[in-house]
Amino acid sequence: MNVDKKPVTFMILAVLAILVGTLITTFIPLFTGTVILSTENVIPYTPLELEGRDIYIREGCNNCHTQTVRPLEFETKRYGSYSQLADSAIDRPHLWGSKRTGPDLARVGRKYPAAWHYQHMKNPQSMYPQSNMPAYTWLTDSKLDGRYAEQKMKVLGYPYAAGDLKALDGKTEMDALVAYLLRLGKELRP
Amino acid sequence: MANEIKYEYDAIKGFAVSSLFWAIVGLLVGILISIQLVYPQLNLTPWLTYGRLRPIHTNALIYGFTVPAAFSLFFFLVQRLGRVPLAFPGLAKFTLYFFNIAIVLAALSLFAGMSQSKEYSELEWPLDVGVVVLWVLFSINIISTIMKRKEEQMYVSLWYILATVVGVAIVYIGNNISVPVSLFKSYSAYAGANDANVQWWFGHNAVAFVFTTIPLAIFYYILPKSSGAPLYSHRLSIVGFWSLVFAYLWTGAHHLIYTPLPDWIQTVAIAFSFFLIAPSWASVINGYGTMGSQWEQMRSNYLVKFVVLGITFYGLQTIQGPSQAIRSFSALTHFTDWVPGHVHMGTMGWVTMTLSAGFYYMLPRIYNTEIYSIKLANVHFWLVLVGQLIYSVTMWITGIRQGAMWQALNADGSLTYPNFIQTLTPNYPFWNMRTMGGVIFFAGFLVFVFNIYKTIKHAPAPQKA
Repeated sequence: MNVDKKPVTFMILAVLAILVGTLITTFIPLFTGTVILSTENVIPYTPLELEGRDIYIREGCNNCHTQTVRPLEFETKRYGSYSQLADSAIDRPHLWGSKRTGPDLARVGRKYPAAWHYQHMKNPQSMYPQSNMPAYTWLTDSKLDGRYAEQKMKVLGYPYAAGDLKALDGKTEMDALVAYLLRLGKELRP
Repeated sequence: MANEIKYEYDAIKGFAVSSLFWAIVGLLVGILISIQLVYPQLNLTPWLTYGRLRPIHTNALIYGFTVPAAFSLFFFLVQRLGRVPLAFPGLAKFTLYFFNIAIVLAALSLFAGMSQSKEYSELEWPLDVGVVVLWVLFSINIISTIMKRKEEQMYVSLWYILATVVGVAIVYIGNNISVPVSLFKSYSAYAGANDANVQWWFGHNAVAFVFTTIPLAIFYYILPKSSGAPLYSHRLSIVGFWSLVFAYLWTGAHHLIYTPLPDWIQTVAIAFSFFLIAPSWASVINGYGTMGSQWEQMRSNYLVKFVVLGITFYGLQTIQGPSQAIRSFSALTHFTDWVPGHVHMGTMGWVTMTLSAGFYYMLPRIYNTEIYSIKLANVHFWLVLVGQLIYSVTMWITGIRQGAMWQALNADGSLTYPNFIQTLTPNYPFWNMRTMGGVIFFAGFLVFVFNIYKTIKHAPAPQKA
């Protein structure tokens, strides 16, 4: 068979070749339970934490910070216990990242109190003079826009009470981001 | 004799110019973010912070430079290799306007921080819809022109063009399935490890179907054309093609080694990464074999120089890539600057050299003229080569260094460098050298653009029939 004389047949064969590895390694595991875990031990995000996570995404923090601790001795000594499937089981999207210009943040919520984060986000160089992290001063002045908070919780299927949404009133973007950072490393019920 | 067929060149010219324009934007942003890594005070406004600019750099050079360069060169290749005019010239021109509007909106949305966060897939859902429409419009023209071709047998380049058409569609749509919250915000349909697995299936196959099959389609056409030597082995190109499109899709999880993703998926990805050396080197060997006894053309023929160096970097890239998939080597280099060093050998060496050769070959032909200056093309060659080598080598050195510092333990088992900043600051001199490499590369690219501009400007006015 001369497939190089039949473009349609050729494309069908190319699609089939592409789909084999695609299905076996990526899309069948979505449904077979190979990757999916029970999420009952995962503490859902509050609206404030979720808004903070969206600010983390908006500012592209994941370009410099990973959120996955590898099961290697030197790594768990630096960052804490290694990441497990359950930690990110409800995360849409995942924020594992691919480059550590700054340190991994998967367990950062266990490490520093809120006041540390406020100071560091506003002026990283005041704490580490040689740090190359940008200052995110303007987040302190930006009022948090909670217009879509309820819609977001619904889309993601996280449970919430009316009071959780009320908690967004009067908050700044910095408040939300810090609330998110404080949650990192505390995803699972003890 | 070729002039008897009325080839359609307008959209080709437009895409070539668009491609060069967006390349300059993407490279300038690249230089800026490189400087920002050492001088954080240059993060001037929210719109100009590193976190927002880095996706603009990658998206501009993938979707703003490489993709329209492919539209341009592929519209040329399907006509020449099929000996038939483009099926829908009006549609091609519409695609050109659509593309430029979409890419402007894409850049603005990224400046504003609208992002899905997944690498090379940052664009929010309305723009994803735009990208898919654009791709369909492009594909209709490509496929229809190939269907109408006068040359019965499709040459290797057309195989890689068809693989690009279907491959990009599958991986782009697959990774961008999301649920909108508003016009500017959506959440991925996949969660956690699944989302990561789909993302890197996409991420690595964006490399396959943008940074591999696109330049390969051009390579297989330009090398025999510019050297005058016939392709070394047709059979090797068949084996290489089918094993490449089969194997690439299994390898994405080598980006996720030592993550919580189940081990078997990682291990399969590592194995297929090594398998992939074979089809990659099938093209390298085909290139070297084609040169056969004509290596003196490396001195005399600037086009051959670009293509052969390009395929050489492809060969190095496809050895280095699998080596990074080895678990112990990944433990050392992953998350460090080694990885951008690797990526930029591919993009600055292989992709840009091959696309440049494509433009140098094609544009004088469609403008009915000669290249403005071979001397400048040589200057371009040496500047991008030196710039890229400085970039990659400095990043490899500092990547290994930082990886080793992260791993270092004292005799009592405690970390030798417990404070992350101790491992960060030694990057700065290397990052400054990298910036220098980038500036040299950019200078070379400007010489290229100037040479093309002069070539077009000196072209004779098209004759009216």
